[in-house]
Amino acid sequence: MTKAFRPDVDAPEWKGGYAPYDILKEGTIALVVVALLTIALALIFSSPDEHAVTIKSWSNATPVDFAQTALSELNGTSGTAQYGAPYNTASEGQKLGPLALAKWAGARIPVNTVRDFVIDPLRALPDQPPLTQGLATWRSASDATRTNWVAHYTKAASQMTYANGQVVVSTTNAGPVPLFINDLTMMARSGALDQALVTQHGFYTTDYTKPLLFLSDGSYLKNLAQKDHLLGTQWGMMNETGSYPGQAWLWLYTFWYQVTPFSTSANADVQVWGLMMLLSVILLFVPFIPGLRSIPRKSRVYRLIWREHYRNL
Amino acid sequence: MTTEIDRQWTTRLRRRAEGKLPPEKLLPDTQPSYVSSWIYVFGVTTMAALCMVIATGCVLAIFGPQWWHTSSVGHFVNSLHLWAVEIFFFAMVIHLWGKFFMASWRGGRTLTWMTGVVTFLASIAAGFTGYASQSNFDSQWITTQAKDGINASGAGSFFNVLNLGQMLMWHIVLLPLVAVLLTVLHVLMVRVKGVVPPFSDETTEVAR
Repeated sequence: MTKAFRPDVDAPEWKGGYAPYDILKEGTIALVVVALLTIALALIFSSPDEHAVTIKSWSNATPVDFAQTALSELNGTSGTAQYGAPYNTASEGQKLGPLALAKWAGARIPVNTVRDFVIDPLRALPDQPPLTQGLATWRSASDATRTNWVAHYTKAASQMTYANGQVVVSTTNAGPVPLFINDLTMMARSGALDQALVTQHGFYTTDYTKPLLFLSDGSYLKNLAQKDHLLGTQWGMMNETGSYPGQAWLWLYTFWYQVTPFSTSANADVQVWGLMMLLSVILLFVPFIPGLRSIPRKSRVYRLIWREHYRNL
Repeated sequence: MTTEIDRQWTTRLRRRAEGKLPPEKLLPDTQPSYVSSWIYVFGVTTMAALCMVIATGCVLAIFGPQWWHTSSVGHFVNSLHLWAVEIFFFAMVIHLWGKFFMASWRGGRTLTWMTGVVTFLASIAAGFTGYASQSNFDSQWITTQAKDGINASGAGSFFNVLNLGQMLMWHIVLLPLVAVLLTVLHVLMVRVKGVVPPFSDETTEVAR
């Protein structure tokens, strides 16, 4: 007994002719051609390698942006301070419908911006009597007093300037906060903060989570990226510096960020991620999905692919 | 009557492998006459580009992750690696669409299709971790942006794109291992089942 033939699932048995086929020769020719093409492209176009931004280069180029960012880490208004999981519990994070996936996964990479980005690095500075005194004052103050100092400084910081090697903010009742922001800026400009942020757990490191979070809280990195057409609104996810093709295969992932509702959604990241996971699963299971698996037969593109075969029928 | 040798795992495995994939299927010297289109070139091109990606990646691995920033030879090898990756994805995407329009899952080839799709997805992850491991401005920007999507999915608690060491290990060990194993499996499946035949409107019986 035979089953009914399903044209999108079953394939007819081939009863036609066979042609000579040298699989090893084909593979060798392909390898040689691809190798030559790769060498030619590398010689002609090279590859991009722009130096990494450091905290030192950032704070020397735009000291006020650095100092404002340092203040946002101290007063809890920075992107990292308000991020939520996996860095802290400051917010619930993005949600996919009712699903708070990030929150459920938990704050497994803890980052306390006050401690990790400001206080601990300042403690690492040697031979600074006023700073040592300021840190002692901070340590002995109540939370309410600290909040009050930071609030006074924040209020005046909109007029912040940088002059004669000092961060200048006209404020009173800010406790040691002006000293902290100024000394942290000096520390950053010397390069010492780059080291302090990666050596908190010892001499060796391959983990740049903290300096990268600090950098991304400021405007400097973003402004550089904008010049290199790398922002999300510039299809940046698939671009790289210069005129290189980048990750062109991410075009669909990037596309969703350009259109509504994703372009205006506060949960765009998790929504686009969820949509791409769904599309990937659909692609994987195309052979089982009626309608989708019929597209090749009904589109008749196969007539073009096998045109010689159909011509000879 | 079966002997002790017949019952051995090794004997059984060998006989099963010989039955599924005899030498004339593994290394064929003929193929059906319908296999005559430029679209078939992109499968072997993808494989050739993968060989180039691995070879150039091995050279970069030998000298370490900082080498290509400080040496002109290293920078050239990195350029080879980059362009081999670009050719790899270009060929792979065309191969994928070509196979889609051939409905190449027909005739018991579903797993061949699925291993191909998973290889494609694993390759995207491998490419991404490569961009994240460059230790330059591109990797700084890409990782600080990509973290939001990955963190929002909950995966960021375990897969920290800002951790250079973790990304490098995924890029040079785990994902290449997955991609290469899946590619080998994919190719063996193609050899076992052969290339999918053209659609035949007249056929009325299942033939596999």
